[in-house]
Amino acid sequence: MGEAIVITSGKGGVGKTTTSANIGTALALLGKKVIMVDTDIGLRNLDVVMGLENRIIYDLVDVAEGRCRLPQALVKDKRFDELYMLPAAQTKDKHSVTPDQVKEIVTQLKRESDYVIIDCPAGIEQGFKNAVSGADRAIVVTTPENAAVRDADRIIGLLEGENIKSPKLVINRIRANMLKSGDMLDIDEICQVLAIDLIGIVPDDEYVIKAANKGEPTVVNPNSKASIAYRNIARRILGDSVPLMPLEGKEGVMAKVKKLFGLG
Amino acid sequence: MMAAKHHVTIKGNKEGLIFLLDDSCTFETLLQELRYKLEKTHQKILTGPIVHVFVKLGNRSVSESEKQSLIAAIKSKGNLIVQRIESDDDDADQAHDHLFIHKGIVRSGQTFECAGSVLYVGDINPGGSIVARGDIFIMGSLRGLAHAGSDGEESAVIAASHMRPTQLRIAGIISRPPDEWGFDETHMDFAYLNEGKMEINKLNQLHKIRPDIREYKGV
Repeated sequence: MGEAIVITSGKGGVGKTTTSANIGTALALLGKKVIMVDTDIGLRNLDVVMGLENRIIYDLVDVAEGRCRLPQALVKDKRFDELYMLPAAQTKDKHSVTPDQVKEIVTQLKRESDYVIIDCPAGIEQGFKNAVSGADRAIVVTTPENAAVRDADRIIGLLEGENIKSPKLVINRIRANMLKSGDMLDIDEICQVLAIDLIGIVPDDEYVIKAANKGEPTVVNPNSKASIAYRNIARRILGDSVPLMPLEGKEGVMAKVKKLFGLG
Repeated sequence: MMAAKHHVTIKGNKEGLIFLLDDSCTFETLLQELRYKLEKTHQKILTGPIVHVFVKLGNRSVSESEKQSLIAAIKSKGNLIVQRIESDDDDADQAHDHLFIHKGIVRSGQTFECAGSVLYVGDINPGGSIVARGDIFIMGSLRGLAHAGSDGEESAVIAASHMRPTQLRIAGIISRPPDEWGFDETHMDFAYLNEGKMEINKLNQLHKIRPDIREYKGV
């Protein structure tokens, strides 16, 4: 029996879909059987980011309404051994499925896999309720902006109401230089306000955009910093303790010496 | 005017008379019937030696002026002395004085409400609010909205170990930091009303400014 993890944020555009695609792929790279579920009905993106758009035959709504069997709707990603995706419908809206239906589908998928990664739509309405209904755990994605942190806080409160205890936090799109100059919300500050465990920080990386446009998850490229960050998150999900990556790149010799004397 | 139901019931016991006043009718009806009974129907019982009167209001809560008119109506008979006016609603007033202790975190979009004063152990995040009829003491960061004395109690205070609110309200006064009360240090402060204006001071000054709240005087 696998585990269902919902990737959510409240605010749109903080990188839920990118995070879902990359965490899912990273877990698959680590040898797990992963099924990704896109619950953003009407605005599906996960298939585009994964480059699987042209292989969709059936979708989540078809399964819910019994037009096909669940295995028929799963799209296999041929680049990896055991990575599948259940796409959302593009022509319907969030009200075409109910939380109970999604829960039933996710429960079935959990029996077939190690991890079910649920990509949640933005907002706190029906789509959110659908997405969290079947989840065991949650990962909340935010960016170092006040509005995103505020929405993440709201989502954490709602998740607690849905009985998903201790969600984990991913801070996305961190810019090391802005952090250093103090123009960006500090990671510690965000963690203090949200008061949940941090499971990863992802640096802002142009390669992520490039990869998404190519329909290839970022984690496939081992040279990208964001890729390493996503791989680390996947390892932490499996229970490994991996230290947070330094944002500044390689530390200089002087910095190391300073740190040694407690000056850094 | 005498409806089927009596709004005023008079009973006697060892200590004196108990006036049971109905709590479902209007106050005017009640007062009229009270006067009517005192002057017309119960004259005989109500003359003679001094009698102590206990008034029970049920669930009705009365204002100070309403209380006075009740007393005046009963006093109009020279031998009646009002000892006490009781209302079940007083329990709610006592709750105001009671200090509730809660812990947790109030997140964006959530509101924590309290019938009395509250000691909240945890943070109030931006977008979240804490509302109390009495005082608010927060052991944690106040980053959201706090409203003390929500029923209009102007002597209520808001204290926090880390005071960074988006907005503070005491009774009907709304204040917005930091432009209205600039501060640099944000540790262990409390907000109170001074002649209708919100002010901030160090928590160790609380006993001087509000000496009446639960002061421990030592033994």
